[in-house]
Amino acid sequence: MQIFLNGQSKDIAAALTLEGLLNTLKLETAHVAVELNQEIITKSAFSATSLKAGDKVEVVHFVGGG
Amino acid sequence: MKIFLNEKPIEIEGRLTLFQVRDRFKPDADILVRNGFPATENATLEEADHITLIRRGEKPRLEELTALMIARHTPGIYAKLKASCVGIAGVGGLGSSIAVALGRIGVGKLILVDYDVVEPSNLNRQQFFIDQIGEAKVEAMRLNLEHINPFVEVVSHQVFVTPENIPDLFGQVDVLVEAFDGADQKAMLIEEFLSRFPEIPLVAASGMAGYAPSNTITTRHITRKLYLVGDGKTGARPGEGLMAPRVGIAAHHQANAVVRLLLGEQPE
Repeated sequence: MQIFLNGQSKDIAAALTLEGLLNTLKLETAHVAVELNQEIITKSAFSATSLKAGDKVEVVHFVGGG
Repeated sequence: MKIFLNEKPIEIEGRLTLFQVRDRFKPDADILVRNGFPATENATLEEADHITLIRRGEKPRLEELTALMIARHTPGIYAKLKASCVGIAGVGGLGSSIAVALGRIGVGKLILVDYDVVEPSNLNRQQFFIDQIGEAKVEAMRLNLEHINPFVEVVSHQVFVTPENIPDLFGQVDVLVEAFDGADQKAMLIEEFLSRFPEIPLVAASGMAGYAPSNTITTRHITRKLYLVGDGKTGARPGEGLMAPRVGIAAHHQANAVVRLLLGEQPE
């Protein structure tokens, strides 16, 4: 199915969770902030949140330094 | 007509020139600033001009200082900045430079939060001094800001930022700045703050280690009220250190984004 990840369309497996999406992107859960359809999803909810076709996902990935 | 002399409104008769105003009010002034820009030539003044007369090297009285400090501001913005409150989460390489920049231009209130103390390895990029090693960063920065601009109200909290204390620390700010070092702390703050305070702008940073070209650091609008500064990828790691110039570029991107937000402009 197709979702929109950071504004770009992307094909993913049906019913993939947010946690699964981050795994396929090889992103550390602790280093991201995620918005799903304009709503912030907290890390504790990543594994229980399944994606639907057409979802708009914003993943902000942080690297260290400051 | 009315002009502003050292930010005080005064009435002058007719159309005086800049040099006539100098001769009347401060004949020994050798820096004449008109509407935010130093004047080298005489000119006839216009209604509502902002004129600042400065004698080079003269230490002003405290009550005159604000007007003289903001003489190089774009006229009209000072009142907005003075009425603003900015939270700075982390007073390290990013946060210390952001605090200094916002303090210099007269942002009225800064809330500084950092649990740590100044240590020698900070001094390659952070706005502290050797004799401040061992002091709490927030207290050291409060003192430094007092030396730079005593008219800024500085609220300091030497605590570790957690999801639980974010509302108490930052719930009242006009803009929040994320200036942490650790990626997990950055992500935690963004997640918590955006979900609790979706209407307050947040300026975060990611990717400013090393000495890659300056122009790879950008300011981007990510979503709703979130803005992100940095190259997005160059993290601090073994072999890639943090250094004053590039961290400073990111810090000043963030500080300028804050200024634009406070003045009602888009940062990007």
